[in-house]
Amino acid sequence: MLNKMNFKKNRNQLEGYNQALETSAPSVPDALFTKCPECGRTTLTAELAENELVCPKCGYHIRIPARSRLLALCDEGTFQEWDAGLFSKDPLSFPGYAAKVKGSRLKTRENSAVVTGEGKLAGMDCAFFAMEGQFMMGSMGSVVGEKVTRVFERAAERGLPVIGFTVSGGARMQEGILSLMQMAKTSGAVKRHSDAGLLYVTVLTNPTTGGVTASFAMEGDIILAEPGALVGFAGPRVIEQTMRQKLPKGFQSAEFLMEKGFLDGVVPRSEMKETLTTILRLHKGGSSYGSV
Amino acid sequence: MDPYKRLQLARKNGRPSGRYYIENLLTDFVELHGDRRFGDDPAIMAGVGLLCGHPVTVIAHEKGGDIRDKAHRNFGSANPEGYRKALRQMKLAEKFHRPVLCIVDTAGAFAGMGAEERGQGQAIAENLMEMMTLKTPIVSVFVGEGGSGGALALAVADEVWMLENAVYSVISPEGCASILWKDASKVKEACACLKMTAEDLLDMGVIEKIIPETQPETICETLKAQIDMTFRELSALSPEERCERRYRRFRRLGVFGE
Repeated sequence: MLNKMNFKKNRNQLEGYNQALETSAPSVPDALFTKCPECGRTTLTAELAENELVCPKCGYHIRIPARSRLLALCDEGTFQEWDAGLFSKDPLSFPGYAAKVKGSRLKTRENSAVVTGEGKLAGMDCAFFAMEGQFMMGSMGSVVGEKVTRVFERAAERGLPVIGFTVSGGARMQEGILSLMQMAKTSGAVKRHSDAGLLYVTVLTNPTTGGVTASFAMEGDIILAEPGALVGFAGPRVIEQTMRQKLPKGFQSAEFLMEKGFLDGVVPRSEMKETLTTILRLHKGGSSYGSV
Repeated sequence: MDPYKRLQLARKNGRPSGRYYIENLLTDFVELHGDRRFGDDPAIMAGVGLLCGHPVTVIAHEKGGDIRDKAHRNFGSANPEGYRKALRQMKLAEKFHRPVLCIVDTAGAFAGMGAEERGQGQAIAENLMEMMTLKTPIVSVFVGEGGSGGALALAVADEVWMLENAVYSVISPEGCASILWKDASKVKEACACLKMTAEDLLDMGVIEKIIPETQPETICETLKAQIDMTFRELSALSPEERCERRYRRFRRLGVFGE
């Protein structure tokens, strides 16, 4: 029953976002109003869905489930998932890990913290991945590492660009050193894809931190972020502990990273599809001037 | 030996760090400074020297000797400019066709405001990517602490070795304990969970070799001979073969069901 939900074809964008609402506000799935987690003000749930889960009052970008994001982005009916069956094992017999994974699978109706596949964007073929923030905070263990690696390997083989949405608390502690190794593994695959002359665009969403920031999130040819997204290597609390001082407001926000030169653009959700489409189109088929 | 005791040994005050190995493995060492972007990070030493008569590039975390030196070197926790200095040296090694030796000893990449402003995550990520296709041989030796991404940024290598009492982990045991039990003092329990000793890592296929800890001089003699031999073996391969092997080395790591 739950699995069926996973593969249900979304007829339109709104349906994707409605499913998104259910998962991001699990306590009030059918409520008429939804409260913004940032400003606390309430909005008609239907209006929020229509606004792509961006609070109309304060502009806060509410987290979207990975699957809804890809279904809403791709041309209708073109998204085909890859490697949906990969699931986590418990290689270190780490206390509480198996139960955590099980809980996340039930909560998100996903097998792992990343959804990958191929689809079309304005008719152009592209490989995609989107991380699932509700699945153990989008942490990267062996499954996330393997699925992301396969995306780049397959895309390189078939000459496809890659667009990836990140949201992650970092490497998954419960798989120990094997999680750390996924940083090297995914980076290697990104490098090979890049050396094949193919485009990789990352979209950093709130929050992207730790081992994901220090690997494939920051390796895009073009790096975009959603407004207000927290992006960093160390989390704010860790930095506050090291520095023994409070961080200034907006430190590690997408806008801050943009100012420091680490992003190509901060793109509101309403403009994301159009921006990505234009970028893909501009990189299609190399130079029209011949070999420059 | 229980993992917590190993952690204590790996962190023990006075345990040789990067500089000791540079001085005892190489002759004619010339230290090279700076990342040509922002500054010079004393937490990472780098340069060129002779190993058994052959020019090699060496890049090493250095935690520092006395307390002043420790503060100067930020206890071996590098900022982005440290990783960018390391990458600059690797690119020089590639240009001049000499192998790269990395000595790892760090609690982790520095978690500070400056580090974030200057792109700590981006600096580490770039090293991971570039090291994977660096044309010259790379060997990384963990001599003390190997903390997370800050250690990995010098360890995307053809072979990774650990001294018997070195540790290598995705998160500090303190960090793990505070997340798991909301109690940073349960370090002992966290050490056992994380499987961070050299034996654990050899079992999981994450490292190739454990160097027994005898006297420091003997360790250096063993290391020198083995690094020299491994560089010879790796140099017999073409750059393409080496890069393919390095890619496969990391490609196979991970445990999952399908």
